Amino acid sequence: MSLTPAPLLEMRGISKSYGGVKALTDVDFVARRGEIHAVLGENGAGKSTLIKIAAGVVTPDTGTLAVDGAPRAFASPQEATGAGIVCMFQELSLLPDLSVADNIFITSPPRTRLGLIDRRAQRRRAEELLARVGCEDIDPATRIRDLPLSRRQMVEIAKAVGRDPALLILDEATSALTAADVEKVYTILHKLRADGLALLYISHRMHEIEALADTLSVFRNGRRVDTFAKGAHSDDAIVQMMIGREFANVYPAKPKRAAPPPPVLQADRLTFSPGLNGVSLTVGKGEIVGIGGLDGQGQRELLLALFGVLAGVGGTVKIDGTARRIGSPADAKRPEIGMALIPEDRKTEGLMLPMSVAENITAASLGAVTKGVVIDRAGEADNVGRMVKEMQIKVGDLAAPVATLSGGNQQKVVIAKWLLTKPKIILLNDPTRGIDVGTKEEIYALLRRLADEGAAVVLYTTDYAELIGCCDRVLVMYEGRVTAELTGEAITETNIVSAALNLAAETAA
Amino acid sequence: MTSSATAARKPRFTVDLPIVIGVVFIALILAVGTLYTLKTQGTATFLSPNYLVLQLHSGAFLGITAAGMMMVILLGHIDLSVPWTMTSGAMIATAIGGTTGDLAGLGLGLAVGLVNGFGVAFLRVPSMIFTLGMNTVLLGLMVMLTGGHAPQSAATDMMTFLGAERTLGVPHSVVLWVLVSAALVFVLTRTALGRYMYAIGNQEAAAYLSGVKTRLVIMAAFLMCSLCAVIAGMSLAGYSARAFQAMGDQYLLPSIAAVVLGGTTILGGQGRYSGTVIGVILIVLLQSVLNVMQMEEAYRQIIYGVVIIAMLLIYGRQRTAHR
Amino acid sequence: MSAAARFVRYNAGLILAIALFAVIYGTYAVLHPNWGLNVVLQNANESLALIFVGMAQTMAVLVGGLDLSVGPLMTLTNCFGSIVMAGSGGSVLAGVVGALALGAAAGFMNGCVIVYGRIQPIIATLATGAIYLGCALILRPTPGGAVNGDIAWAFTNDLNELGLTFGWWEDLGPIGLLPMQALFLAAVIGLVWFPFRATVLGRGCYAVGSNEQAAYMSGLNVNRSKIAAFTLGGFFAGCAGVYLTLQMGSGNADAPQAAEYTLRSIAAVVIGGTSLFGGTGGVVGTIFGALVLRSITFIFRVIPAGAALSFVADPLLQPLFEGLILLLAVSLGAARVLRVKNRLSLFT
Repeated sequence: MSLTPAPLLEMRGISKSYGGVKALTDVDFVARRGEIHAVLGENGAGKSTLIKIAAGVVTPDTGTLAVDGAPRAFASPQEATGAGIVCMFQELSLLPDLSVADNIFITSPPRTRLGLIDRRAQRRRAEELLARVGCEDIDPATRIRDLPLSRRQMVEIAKAVGRDPALLILDEATSALTAADVEKVYTILHKLRADGLALLYISHRMHEIEALADTLSVFRNGRRVDTFAKGAHSDDAIVQMMIGREFANVYPAKPKRAAPPPPVLQADRLTFSPGLNGVSLTVGKGEIVGIGGLDGQGQRELLLALFGVLAGVGGTVKIDGTARRIGSPADAKRPEIGMALIPEDRKTEGLMLPMSVAENITAASLGAVTKGVVIDRAGEADNVGRMVKEMQIKVGDLAAPVATLSGGNQQKVVIAKWLLTKPKIILLNDPTRGIDVGTKEEIYALLRRLADEGAAVVLYTTDYAELIGCCDRVLVMYEGRVTAELTGEAITETNIVSAALNLAAETAA
Repeated sequence: MTSSATAARKPRFTVDLPIVIGVVFIALILAVGTLYTLKTQGTATFLSPNYLVLQLHSGAFLGITAAGMMMVILLGHIDLSVPWTMTSGAMIATAIGGTTGDLAGLGLGLAVGLVNGFGVAFLRVPSMIFTLGMNTVLLGLMVMLTGGHAPQSAATDMMTFLGAERTLGVPHSVVLWVLVSAALVFVLTRTALGRYMYAIGNQEAAAYLSGVKTRLVIMAAFLMCSLCAVIAGMSLAGYSARAFQAMGDQYLLPSIAAVVLGGTTILGGQGRYSGTVIGVILIVLLQSVLNVMQMEEAYRQIIYGVVIIAMLLIYGRQRTAHR
Repeated sequence: MSAAARFVRYNAGLILAIALFAVIYGTYAVLHPNWGLNVVLQNANESLALIFVGMAQTMAVLVGGLDLSVGPLMTLTNCFGSIVMAGSGGSVLAGVVGALALGAAAGFMNGCVIVYGRIQPIIATLATGAIYLGCALILRPTPGGAVNGDIAWAFTNDLNELGLTFGWWEDLGPIGLLPMQALFLAAVIGLVWFPFRATVLGRGCYAVGSNEQAAYMSGLNVNRSKIAAFTLGGFFAGCAGVYLTLQMGSGNADAPQAAEYTLRSIAAVVIGGTSLFGGTGGVVGTIFGALVLRSITFIFRVIPAGAALSFVADPLLQPLFEGLILLLAVSLGAARVLRVKNRLSLFT
């Protein structure tokens, strides 16, 4: 860092509050050309607010913002885009009913002489852009709705690149990508850096930051704690900076077992089209079984099938040795089955965002506190109080909408909701996605505690480290089948990755 | 944990904006009306108890209709079959007559609610369009049964009792409105069904994944709406001593307006019953003040529209998705 | 996916509406004792206003709303037109242009109330609808007005009649048989809708209906697209009012008729394959949706007496059957529910 490139974006003394809660306090921040700048921090540390201000989505209460030395005040994302600041948001900004090409050129399509959209030119340029990000396989005429999440994220990247940004902000841009796509994205980002762009990169994955970033900034509680060059601090030191305390081992110790535990959940040859081609699994009492593999190999379908969400699932499911038919989540919740699902998208599938924290916590267990037809309010309040304490949910007013909580606390509410049903089997779909390190650690500890208390846990996660750290056993899925089962010492990154790519079969063939 | 435990109980006593503004508007309407009558007739007609009771008497029919409408709007749905559910309930009841007629009217409401609920919850046809079709079907049924003329038969004793008569000066229709309101408030605030209705209105997928039997809840809401509609229709027929074609038509839009003016979000999930009551009173008084002022229909329509927009501009402004 | 397969898949609603119309109207044409140009013209006359109102409704639905003022707005422009269009050719032209401008202006007002007042479209237009109806009543307290009969005749028949009425041409051959209604519709679609659809503003309407938050995040001007949609909707409602004036030769501030048109417009939009959740579909589908609705009415007129089904021709049964067919048509969508495998997809 002997040669300091010119600052592209300069923010000085930025503060922003939401209804009395300080999201950012007096923050100075600089992004320079030709540099990938990683922004780190727990959820609620102020990263999202920072980039929203840069992208014109939010206006700061105080402070100034300058692009290339000229002071600017953005009133909308349009104006920020006009100044060359393009942002890829965590919640995808794609329009599901429009085609890939329409999405990529949504604001400034190529036009004919009459000023109308030139669809042919648009298609051609979309193809070029998709090829540039290494996604020749995506047809520009396809509707976004018909693409899997990982492809959508690549379209989002193509869209951002197509806007010729001077500053590109990537917020959790790779959260849904396959390993192969992540490599492509790295290549693109390195190339953009070489072209002299400034890049802001927000991620919770340490290894990504190591692979990409030149400079790191750490945020905590709405303040910028420090900015330094990569390699200046160790990982542990950075994490400690983020959480503001000593960071011990993230994962709780796994128990040693002599004999396999008695099975609680047994699924035999589950089929579902598309996604499941005969999946069998057994989960024992007190066991945490991880589901791994590349994105989109049937893992989501497996959880949804077990939980009764999918129609037309073949195969059998036994709970405690008895065959059961689970036709809906209401069935799955029944005491003789005792299943719970922490869904993939907590905002649309896990929570009723405008409803209160208390109402969300008891949404699945009202039956237990209903006397006749009347809800026993005292009993309900007791349950809520117990859960808030047990899960350490940070909440001021239990009657406030759950939307006002931070992401990590929202996820705790979802989990609390299901713990109140006293589940025997807990299915989790990527429960730590987009969640801060501190809460992650709490969730790991909680899962182990629940298992120790006798629950059978099935954990699907895209993070290999979680599979290794949390799980007693790992099932790796490939094209709708379980292709490998790893136990104990065999749960290593190498084994998981090679199983995920189905290398054994590939070499045999 | 005491403070948070109490806070978890809902509803807490809070004064929310729609209700305050509704009350202010009601006072305003009464004031304008009173000024007018003081000037023209030298009396404060609008402030006399007799007059107000009279308004409540006829307003109760809208009140009951709007109460039912609120149940489906809370889910983010709507029931456009209300006009002919009201009309056909009343017509069937008067045509058959006697207690059997009363039961037949209620039975019709039950049936309409079940079919609407089935169409919306199981077939997942948008409620807007399914209930619209249902309205046409009911209209068709009544045309078929009555030959397109108003039936000659008179309201049953029960309908007259509920719609027209009073005890100690209190109109029975108002008592009926209070009873229906009490029942619905109980459902909304005290039962799991009520909680599930709010949950579905906010995020149906999350309610479903929480193990709520969402389809049954939707059925129940449409059932409540249709039952309210036939009860309103039958007592309205008792009030006018007979049932007639299209008697329910003028209740559809005012009932929706009353619910929304009362602060219930048309998208579902949020709203309090007390707001709907305020909305009903506001609309009833507005209509009657314009009546007394002998306002022409044209200006009445315009004032009606302007009041709705004005009220919503003050408090109904939804927060935009962004910022 | 091949281009053809994708076209079918992405336009399933439109294709279904066309097929439904073909079957129902085809049956009607076969059953009609002397089906021919005059019958087609009469059918077209009865359909065009509903088609335009349906198109107006489509605009609101595309951006994820609902417009309850389309019927009243048609009535208002009809009343306005009936006053201005009484007289010579010049006043007719002024009336047409004025009525269309009035429609667009009212639509613009709807859009502004919705966007800047931040009121849900269905409620905002419930209120503005009452206002438009009130204005119509002020213009025409009682039905009346006398539009130049020649002009009304010439513009509601075929191309030949237009030429004959004004002595412009005698007989254009097969082209002369084209109904004026089809020409009007083609002009509005070709000169207004297709160009609009191909602008950033027009595509923005689809984007807003598809996902408003994402559209905003993408840097689209969400407000402008919404206002444009409602303005264009007002323009279409104005087209309906103008046509109604030509067809009736008079204006009538008929509240029940306005309400009926509003409700039927929603049915036309849905049958035409536009999703009530916004973002997909378009006015072309709605044209066929409206035609399906009208064809259902037509078909009851021609069921032969003495046939096995003749009892359904009883005029007293017509409303019932109309309703049942409507219910059946919209329940066709339920086939989706039976095919759905992932029940979560039902909620989006």
